[in-house]
Amino acid sequence: MSEILLEIDGKEVKAKSGMTILEAARSVGISIPTLCYHEALEPFGSCRLCSVEVEIHGRIKLVAACVYPVAANIVVKTRSAKIDRIRKMILELYLAHAPDSFVLQDLAKEYGADKDRFEKESSFCIHCGLCVRYCAEVKQKNAIGFVDRGARKEICFIPEIAAQECWDCKECFPLCPTEALQAAYVLSQSLFSP
Amino acid sequence: MTRINSPADLEKFRQGILSSRDSDKLCITLCSGSACQASGSGEVAASLEAEIEKQGLSSKVEIRKTGCHGFCERGPIIVIHPDETCYLQIEPVDIPEIISQTIKEKQVIERLLYSDPVTGKKIVHESEIPFYKNQERLVFGNNLKIDPKSIEDYLAIGGYAALTKALSEMTGEQVLEEVKKSNLRGRGGGGFPAGIKWEGARNAPDATKYVIVNADEGDPGAYMDRSLLEGNPHSILEGLTLGAYAIGAHEGYIYVRQEYPLAVDNVNKAIKTAEELGFLGKNILGSGFDFTIKVHQGAGAFVCGESSALMTALEGRVGEPRPKYIRSNIKGLWDKPSVLNNVETWANVTLIINKGANWFRQYGTEGSRGTKIFSLVGKITNTGLVEVPMGMTLRDIIFKIGGGIPNHKKFKAVQTGGPSGGCIPEELLDLGVDFDALSQAGSMMGSGGMIVLDEDTCMVDVARYFIEFLTDESCGKCVPCREGLRQMLKILTNITIGKGKEGDIELLEELSETAKEAALCALGQSAPNPFLSTLRYFRDEYEAHIKEKRCPALSCKELIAFYIDPEKCQGCGTCLKKCPTDAIIGGKKMIHIVDQEKCTKCGTCFEVCPTKFSAVTKISGVPVPPPVPEEERTVVKKSKEKQ
Repeated sequence: MSEILLEIDGKEVKAKSGMTILEAARSVGISIPTLCYHEALEPFGSCRLCSVEVEIHGRIKLVAACVYPVAANIVVKTRSAKIDRIRKMILELYLAHAPDSFVLQDLAKEYGADKDRFEKESSFCIHCGLCVRYCAEVKQKNAIGFVDRGARKEICFIPEIAAQECWDCKECFPLCPTEALQAAYVLSQSLFSP
Repeated sequence: MTRINSPADLEKFRQGILSSRDSDKLCITLCSGSACQASGSGEVAASLEAEIEKQGLSSKVEIRKTGCHGFCERGPIIVIHPDETCYLQIEPVDIPEIISQTIKEKQVIERLLYSDPVTGKKIVHESEIPFYKNQERLVFGNNLKIDPKSIEDYLAIGGYAALTKALSEMTGEQVLEEVKKSNLRGRGGGGFPAGIKWEGARNAPDATKYVIVNADEGDPGAYMDRSLLEGNPHSILEGLTLGAYAIGAHEGYIYVRQEYPLAVDNVNKAIKTAEELGFLGKNILGSGFDFTIKVHQGAGAFVCGESSALMTALEGRVGEPRPKYIRSNIKGLWDKPSVLNNVETWANVTLIINKGANWFRQYGTEGSRGTKIFSLVGKITNTGLVEVPMGMTLRDIIFKIGGGIPNHKKFKAVQTGGPSGGCIPEELLDLGVDFDALSQAGSMMGSGGMIVLDEDTCMVDVARYFIEFLTDESCGKCVPCREGLRQMLKILTNITIGKGKEGDIELLEELSETAKEAALCALGQSAPNPFLSTLRYFRDEYEAHIKEKRCPALSCKELIAFYIDPEKCQGCGTCLKKCPTDAIIGGKKMIHIVDQEKCTKCGTCFEVCPTKFSAVTKISGVPVPPPVPEEERTVVKKSKEKQ
C-alpha cells in the first residue's frame, strides 16, 4: 500500500491509502469524537459527530472523518468554531433521547451542550446502529434490525431469531452508548409482548 | 417481427411503415396519460371506438392513444389530424357529435374549442393555444404524436436514428464528446454536467459498468418524468443505450416507482419490442455492441431518488444513502462505475446525438443549455406540463403559459425544486429560470416542480408542510436530518398554532446549519431550504406569527377567527343554515353572530356569505370584537334608516 502525506491540525501525518481520516488521526494520537464508530465494524457515518473540515483545492468542506478516505495533501482541521457548534447541536439532539447516557454527558461537557435544549423524546435509542451492525457483521445472526424510516425509525429484535440467540449472547448490550437500557428494553418487549 | 441487423435494414423498415401509412387519412389522437385517464380519457376512448365502428368508419379513421399532452387542466384532449383540430375536456357524450360533425361533415364544433379567457376568441389548432404557443417542446413534443405502445409510431417519426448514427458513424468516445460539448446538465436535481459524469465512468478501470435511469420521481405535484416514460418510452431507451455505448456499459437499469403502473407497463412493452427488433440485446444493428435493460420497480421511498440510495435499493438492500466521497461514476452499483441520470436527461441525450451539440446549444442560457420541462401546479389557471428554453422568466411561465392566478387572486410566490427547493417571491418574477439563477435565489431546479402560491397561502405553513414531508421521507440514518428535522417540524408547527416564541427563528437557523453542513446525503443537506427560503423572503410572516400571534395570510386555523361584520350582515341566514357545528347565532332579519366557542374554523360561513354582503371576515392577531347586544341585532335597511 502506498503512503499518503496529509496534514491534520497542523501536524504532518503519514497514512496508508484506503485509510480514513479518523484512522489516520487516531494513529498519531489526535482524537476525534465518535458515537457510531467501532473498530470491528464497517464505518457507518450516521452520528456525524466526527465531522471535520477538509481543505481540498482551496475549498473547505465538512466531511465525516470515519468514512472519508485520506488523500494526498489534504488539510484537515478537527476543531473549529463551526465544527464545535455543529457537534454541540448534534449532542443536544441526542440528549433529548438519552439525557442520562454517560458518554453523551462527557461529550456534552466538552462541547457545552445543554441537555435540556429540546423536549425529551420517548425513545432512548440514538440510532447509532452499533447493536444492529455488530449482530450482522460480527455475530452474523441478524437478530436485531432497524424498522421503519425517518423520525419513526426504531431498533427491533426479530423474535424468532432473538429467542434462539440473544439470551446467551447479549454482546450488543455493552456497545450501546445509551447504557444498554434501550436494547434490554426492546429485547424484553419483543420476546414477552410481541 | 424480423430483426433489424443494419442501418440499411432499419431504413427499409422505416420506409415500409411510412408507405403503409396514408398521411391524408383521418387520425384522431386522444391523450391517454395517467392524468387524462384520471379525468376520464379511458371512457372517451371506449365511446370513440364504439362510435367509429357504429358509423362504419373503421377503415377510414385511425384512433391513436397518445401519452400526456401536458395541458392537463383541460384534458382529455382530442386532436384530429391532418387538420389538427383540437377539442378540449371531451366527455363520452361529445363523441357522436364529433364523429358526425367534424369527421363526416368537416364542421368544427365551436363549443369544444379552446376559448381565450380574455378575448373570448376560439382557437382551432392545438399549437396556437397560448399554453402551447409559448413553449419549446423539444423533448416533450413527440408525446403528442405517437402511441407509446407502438414502436412503429416511434420509428415513423425518426426513432432510433440517433442510435443508428452513433453505432455506425461514431465511436463511444465521440458520443461522449458530443454530450460533453452540448453541456447537458442532469435534469434530476443537482444539475451536474452529464458529460463529465460519463467521462469519469468511461475512464474508470473496471470492465463492468452500468447505466441507470432514475424514474423515482417523487416530488409532490411533479409528473414530468412519469409522463415522458409513459408517453415516449423508446426515447429513454435510446438515450440510455447511447449512454451505455459512450461509457462502455452492457447492462442498464430503469428504477421506476411502482406507483407508476402505466409507465412500468409502457417501458416493459417498449423493451420487449426493442429487443425483438434488435435495438437491444446482442449485436445491436449489426454493430457488435451488446446492451440489455432491466426494469426495477421501487417501493415508493422518496429518498430512493437520491442516487446512492437508489443504487443500494437496486442491490436489494434497504434504500439508504451512503457517503459519496467516492463518486458513483467510479464506485456505484455493486461498486462498479455507474452513470445515473433521470428520465428527462436521457431523453435529451437522444436529441443531442440526433441533431448535434451545436443545435442543442442554441437553446437556453450560457450555463444551462437546452429546455426544461416543468410541472406547473398549484394556484394556476393552466395546470400542466410545460417545456420551455432555460432562461425564460418565471413571469412568462406563470402568466403567459400558465394563464396567471385563478379567481382574481394575487400571486405570492412560486415554490420550485421539489420539497427541498425554495419559494421565490413576486419581486423575483423576472428571474430567468436556469440551474444557477434558481440556486442563487435560494431555491433550486430540482427535477422541475413549480407550485404556484397565491395571497391566501401562509409561507410559514408552506415551510411546515414541506419539512413534514421530508421528516416523513428521511431515511432516518443520520442525526442532522432525522433528529434535526424532527425538531424543526415541532418548532414550525408550534409557530403556526400560536405557540411560537422568541428565539425560534434563531434555533431553526442553527438546526438548518447543522443539516446543511453535516447531513449525510443531498436530501438532508437541502432539507432546510423550505424554511431558509421562506425566511429569506417572508421573515415578516414568521415574526407576525411569533410576536403578534397573527397569520398575515389569514390561513393558520389556530390564529384566525371568523367574524360577521354587524354593519354588513343582512340576516339572510345562509351561513346559519350551512354551519356544520351550529356555531352561528341568529334569526330572521337578525344580525348573525359567530359563537367562537363552537366554531371549528371550517370556513363554510366565509364561503357561503353572498358576495353582495361579504359580511363574514377572517381576522387574525386582534381580539374578536364583542357581539352586538341582543336587543340591537335587528337588521335595519339603510334606506329605511334615512327616513
